[in-house]
Order: sequence, then C-alpha cells, then structure tokens
Amino acid sequence: MKQLLASFLVVFLLALPGAAQAGSVTLKGSDTMVILGQRWAEEFMKKNADTKLQVTGGGSGTGISALINGTTDICMSSRPMKEAEREKLRSRSKTPGTEIAVAKDGVTFYLHEKNPLSSLTLEQLKGIYLGDLTNWKEVGGPDAPIIVYSRENSSGTYVFVKDNLLGGEDYSSRAQTLPGTAAVVNAISKEKNGIGYGGAAYAKGIKELKIKAGSEEIAPSTDNIKSGKYPLSRDLYFYLRTPPTGEAKAFIDFVLSPDGQQIVTKVGYFPVK
Amino acid sequence: MDRQSVMEQGLVETMAAPQLSPAARRRQLREKAIAGFVTLMAFTGIAALVLIIVFIAKEALGLFLDAHAREEASLSKMFLPQVTRAGRPASFVWQPVSSVPKVSMIPLFIGTLKTTLVSMLVAVPVGVAAALYAAEFAPRRLREIIKPVIELLAGIPSVVLGFFALMVLASFLRGDSAFDSRHTAGVAGLSMALAFLQFLSRLGPQRLRERLRPLSGLLAGLLAVALGTLVLMLLASGVPHVFSFTHRLNAVVAGLALALAIVPVIFTVSEDALTAVPWSYREASLALGATPWETAWKVVLPAAAPGILAACVLGFGRAIGETMIVLMASGNAAIVSANLGESVRTLSATIAAEMGEVVVGSPHYSLLFFIGVELFVFTFTLNLIASVWTKKVLKRLTGGAA
Repeated sequence: MKQLLASFLVVFLLALPGAAQAGSVTLKGSDTMVILGQRWAEEFMKKNADTKLQVTGGGSGTGISALINGTTDICMSSRPMKEAEREKLRSRSKTPGTEIAVAKDGVTFYLHEKNPLSSLTLEQLKGIYLGDLTNWKEVGGPDAPIIVYSRENSSGTYVFVKDNLLGGEDYSSRAQTLPGTAAVVNAISKEKNGIGYGGAAYAKGIKELKIKAGSEEIAPSTDNIKSGKYPLSRDLYFYLRTPPTGEAKAFIDFVLSPDGQQIVTKVGYFPVK
Repeated sequence: MDRQSVMEQGLVETMAAPQLSPAARRRQLREKAIAGFVTLMAFTGIAALVLIIVFIAKEALGLFLDAHAREEASLSKMFLPQVTRAGRPASFVWQPVSSVPKVSMIPLFIGTLKTTLVSMLVAVPVGVAAALYAAEFAPRRLREIIKPVIELLAGIPSVVLGFFALMVLASFLRGDSAFDSRHTAGVAGLSMALAFLQFLSRLGPQRLRERLRPLSGLLAGLLAVALGTLVLMLLASGVPHVFSFTHRLNAVVAGLALALAIVPVIFTVSEDALTAVPWSYREASLALGATPWETAWKVVLPAAAPGILAACVLGFGRAIGETMIVLMASGNAAIVSANLGESVRTLSATIAAEMGEVVVGSPHYSLLFFIGVELFVFTFTLNLIASVWTKKVLKRLTGGAA
C-alpha cells in the first residue's frame, strides 16, 4: 500500500512539468521495480538536471507491450521476455531488442528460531504452501501443525512465489495473509510452528530457511543470490528496442555503477555487480 | 369616494404589503439565506449518499454486464461449491488472483459472521450492563467519570485497537502473555486492600469513617476497576487452557478487538435511551414495592428497549463494516469452518487488502465493488428490520396510542 501510494505520488510529481519534453526518457513496467526505478531516477536527475525521467508501473507484461508499441523507451521487467514477445518486437521495430540485467531479487523463507528444522527442499516447501503437507512431522520436524503465512495477493512477492515455487497453482486457503515482510517476520517470531516468506530480513526470534538441493543446503545469502545458486531468485531486467544511446545510455551506466547498485541494496534487492 | 372607504382601502393595502423598514427586510433576507444554506447542506449530504450508492453499484454492475466477468465470476461460482483441484471434492475457495480465479463468497461471509458474532456476544452484554449501571445505579459523581471514560474508548483510532489486538491481545489469549501468576496475585491483593478500606469506610470506627467518607466515591471506583482487571486477567490466563486456538490471529482476537470499538457505541446510545425513560415509571415501580434491581430490569429496561435495540443495530453496523481492526487481527485466511480459533477473512478486510493492486475494470475489481454492495445491503436490511421491530415494540409498550 505504502509502495503504491509512494509510486503514485512520484509518478504524479514527475508527470507535472510537461511530460513530453526534449531530453526525457520513459521507464514503464514491473510493479516490483517501480520503487527501484524511481530511486534511480531521483538520484540520476539530481546529477543531470536537464534530463527528465518518467517512471510508471503497470506490470512486466504491460511494460513489454509498451516497448513493442514504442510508447516507452525503457521497459522494466521482473521476468525474461517470452519468445512470442521477442518475435513481436522483431516484426514491429526490426530490432531484436536489448536485454540488461540491472538487479536481483530473492525470496527468503522464515521459521521460528526454536524450530529444529533448518532446511527444506523446494518440493517440501511447495507441498506446505499448496496445503498438502500440514504437519511438521511430514517434513522431518516435530508433531505440530504447520501454520502457513503468506502475503496479500496484491503483493509482487506473492506472485513471485506462486509462479516460481507453486508452478502457478493456488496457495492453500489456510495460509494467513499479512501485509508486508515486517508483519510476516513479526508473526513468525511469535508463532513457533509458523513459516512465512518475504524479502531479506534480520530480526530477533526468526531464522532464515535454507533450501536443500541434493546434499547441499543453500542459504539465501547475498552471494548465493548474486551467483544465482539460490533457487528462489530472479533477475530484474531493463529492455530497450536498440542498444542504448544518449540519455538512456547515461542513465543505464548510472544504474550499473557502484552508486546505482548501492541503491538496489537500499531498496531491498540484490546487486548484479 | 368618501373618507372612510379611502381609509379602508389604505388599511387593506398596508395589510397586504406591510411596509418593512430596510433593517427588518435585510434581517428577513439574511434569515432566508441562512435557511437556504442549511437546507443545501442537508441535501448535499443526501446527494453524496445517493452518489456513493450509484458509483458502487455502477462499478459492481460490470460483473453482470461484461461477458468475460460473467464467465469468471458468475453467481454460481460465487455461492455454490466448485471443484478447484482435480480429484478433490467441491469446495468454497477465495483465490481471485490465479490462472483460474476462484471467487466463492462463502468463506468471506463466514469470516464476517464469525468476527461480528464474537464482538456482539461480548459488546452487547458489556455495553448494556454498563449503560444500566451508569443510568440506574451509579452515584452521580461516579457516573460523571464513567460516561466520559467509556466514550473516550470510542475516540481510540481503530488502527490502534488493531495494533493492540495484534501485538498484545493475541499473545494474551495464547497464554504467552507478559504477566504471570505474580501479577494476578498482585491485582488480587490490591482488590482485597481496596475492599477492606471500603469496608472500613462503611462499618469501621466512627473517626476512620469520617476520614474516609470524602474518598468513598474514589475508593468504590478504584475497587471496581481492580476487580474488573482481575476478572480480565483470570479470563486471559484461563482461556488458553480451555480453548486451544489453531491460529494466533483468529476470529476471537478480532472479535474482542471489535467489541472494544463497539462497546462505546452501544453504551452511549443505550445510556441515552435509559435516562430518557420518565422518572414517573421508576417512582411508580418503587412505590409498588419493587426493589431498585426489579425496577431497572423489569420497568426501565423494557421501556428503553427500542433505544437499546437501535444501539445494538448501530454497533452491529460498525462491527460488520469495521476494516482496520479485522485486517490486522484476523490473519485474513479465507477458511470455511465453524472453529472460532481459526483465522478468518472478512468482507471488508478483503476489499481493503486487495483494492491496492487490482486492475481497474477487471472482473476482480468489479467483484470487490460487489462485496461493497453486499455489505451495504446487509446493514440496510438490518436497519430496516430493526426499525420495523422498534415500531412494533413501541406500539405494544404504549398500548397502540402512539
């Protein structure tokens, strides 16, 4: 909600002084990336006052269509472009399009600190969130019900887990939905049989769940997410019709610079460089 | 024409159009302007209400007009069990964000029903009893403290009540609260000490009695508060042993927090209704030999019944529509079950939680407005039933005279 309001506000403020101006670059797409895009734009415009950056959300799909239709300069997407979309772009603008990974996003699962388990396989996690596994003893823990916490369906993380962990299937209807990582972390710290997910968080009373793959246990650490080893991570992309030039290039160079990547960490995602 | 008729004519003329002084005319004009302004304000309020209804209904109507929405969220999908996963029995599922949206309203109805039920079960006895005490039994000075204090409860923002329920009440009812038996013993000891002082102020030695007399109102108040706290603490330490809640955030936690919000509503309106009962009723009852309790219970309370019913309906309307408290304290899982210890998702919380990111004009968007229409219909119907019932009761009480 806060994110939404903030993005509305910034979009509104950005839209005020004559939208279609010379030296303006538009960014459109993923709602997950709106805040990130806005922070980048704010910092960039502080240094380059004559460039106007316009950042709007709408979803990755919306951003990609806008890129194909030529109504945005840069498309922000939290998923790679599909083959059909690349095909459309090629037939419309005679270019293959340029893909630039600008940040990484990872979802962390949390347990109560007293939970004897420290890792689960993706299959077990999926079973828990689909509501097929309802007792901790089914995954090697104590005989106690699993209390599942999820996020509201308006959240980008909700969709990410649904797509990447559940394979698009529905969450168990017994999953309690809470607004935001902080609320989930707070709930888990008070619920010894609880499990929940969100962004990276450090708090008393909870521990981060590692993902078991074969004999290895992968922690959701910055290194593992950066290297792509942690399975529940994804790249966040910028898409352009042609390799960037002029102001767009200056902006993307800024995004990939140490300053730009520091903003990524501040907003709660992981740097690519 | 003779003089008389001229005079008469003049008289008639002045009668027909009285000559006002400019000051008086200005005053008259100002009166008219003010009356017009007030009328305009009143009708603006009504117009706003009408516009809100039209707007909500219009947005919800998309559900029935748009072919895509009609298929995705038909009435049968909203109210009849559906097979949601292959090989499972048909069930009621609320999962509007999905490749195949499931839009059953039943879990949401059950959630709203559960929280509202719990809150009314707690708030009606507490609110009405408090009103009865304040109106019939409390000493005048104590009443002047009780009334504003309870009404102050109405001034607590619902987000604060929700936060309290989320952080404190939920832990309390789980049995992992911050206080233990020592705290309970402390409050019990304090109550006993206050009770002893109270006893001394009534039956103690003459000198002590005179010393304590000015404090007796305060002592009685403190004693009542201490005893109330003791009851709450005993309940809180007893509840986790009697009921074991599946979820930390559940219908009981949300219902109790809602009760805190609606007790002042029920109290205030009931108290007004009780004090409005004419003194002659009480005097007649007492003169016929009834005790104060019999008078309050059998005469004053029935006479105030329509007002108390109105209080309950107002409280119910607040409980069913209250959003922030249930959003924070109910866990928001759309579960179909009768267990009060499980998490619930209410109609109002669903609107608040999902409106943020919904695509404008999509079936999901219309669906949320449809929920709004349902909430509106519920409270409207209840108000209607209550007002009809009130009229019946009034008729019976007044022997059909009114």
